[in-house]
Amino acid sequence: MKLAVLVNEGPYTHQASDSAYQFTKAALEKGHEIFRVFFYHDGVNNGTRLTVPPQDERNIVKRWSELAEKHKLDLVICIAAAQRRGLLDEGEMKRHGKDASNIASGFRISGLGQLIEAGIQAERLVTFGD
Amino acid sequence: MALLHTVNKSPFERNAFDACLANAKSGSAVLLMEDGVYAAVKGTPAAKKLGDAMKSVKVYVLGPDVDARGMTGKLIDGVQSVDYGGFVDLVTQHNAVESWL
Amino acid sequence: MEEEMMEGGGVQKKFMFVNRKAPYGTIYALESLEVVLIAAAFEQDVSLAFLDDGVYQLIKGQNTKASDMKNFSPTYRALEGYDVEKLYVSKEALAARGLTEADLVVPVQVLSAAEMADMMESQDVVLSF
Repeated sequence: MKLAVLVNEGPYTHQASDSAYQFTKAALEKGHEIFRVFFYHDGVNNGTRLTVPPQDERNIVKRWSELAEKHKLDLVICIAAAQRRGLLDEGEMKRHGKDASNIASGFRISGLGQLIEAGIQAERLVTFGD
Repeated sequence: MALLHTVNKSPFERNAFDACLANAKSGSAVLLMEDGVYAAVKGTPAAKKLGDAMKSVKVYVLGPDVDARGMTGKLIDGVQSVDYGGFVDLVTQHNAVESWL
Repeated sequence: MEEEMMEGGGVQKKFMFVNRKAPYGTIYALESLEVVLIAAAFEQDVSLAFLDDGVYQLIKGQNTKASDMKNFSPTYRALEGYDVEKLYVSKEALAARGLTEADLVVPVQVLSAAEMADMMESQDVVLSF
């Protein structure tokens, strides 16, 4: 089945991102298609490449990047939510005249339409939040 | 067509569990996950409500979240434990998912 | 799953936005409204449900001047212009908070929990923020 996932909280503070990751991984292992994982609200913070968690802890951002690489997952960060919270890709960095970008590999920044499209195209949309 | 409801909040802290039960139609399913699993712990007011609700809705708990919280073996009877794969199955078996956040 | 082909070949689904959080204390209400507008732009069959503290989003007389936050309550009045006209409010939530429809910024349909549950069951996609 074609599924989509919405992640509304950032890494570490809430379990939402962990639950979403475990759900996505299990769905892929069962042979389902993940149409898209969309990151909204503080969920956009799952896509910063600047996190450096202690070595004996799970690396939530890296885990998403690796899952994306392995399964060609579409990880989309909401642009409006990202701009509020300081998540920028190269294009956004230049457009806003900022001195750095911080998007982790496997993630891309796009509009809210991508969430609605996921709701339309996927047979189920599962929300993880607080 | 039946909905899958998920609840991820402790019933002691927020009203997501109560709100879910108030809006879960007969024949739908409720999955307790994250801090939501505390609603199924024996001897709590929430578990009593859950027991009543189980006459018309199916109740599941996410096993990994029960284990993490040291609640294994402390839940009321009739609640079915699933792993993440079982969570995925519940999603595909129901028409849509409503998350009570 | 209820789907129908629309002009332009797009699929229309029933999207319900469930609002259970008060405005200002967290950003969920404001950012939820942003998704609602996009869903409307995609010509989806959009409805909004207000339960629990979500009913506080619709209260008249919100004034954020001194708190310097964005007062987004006028947006609810603009929804009609986006063909978003299905606003459902929980009867129990209003009663529990000592509110009536007269306290709200827009006309709404007040539903009992049973009616609300029916409405939720009929959706293709339920988004909660």
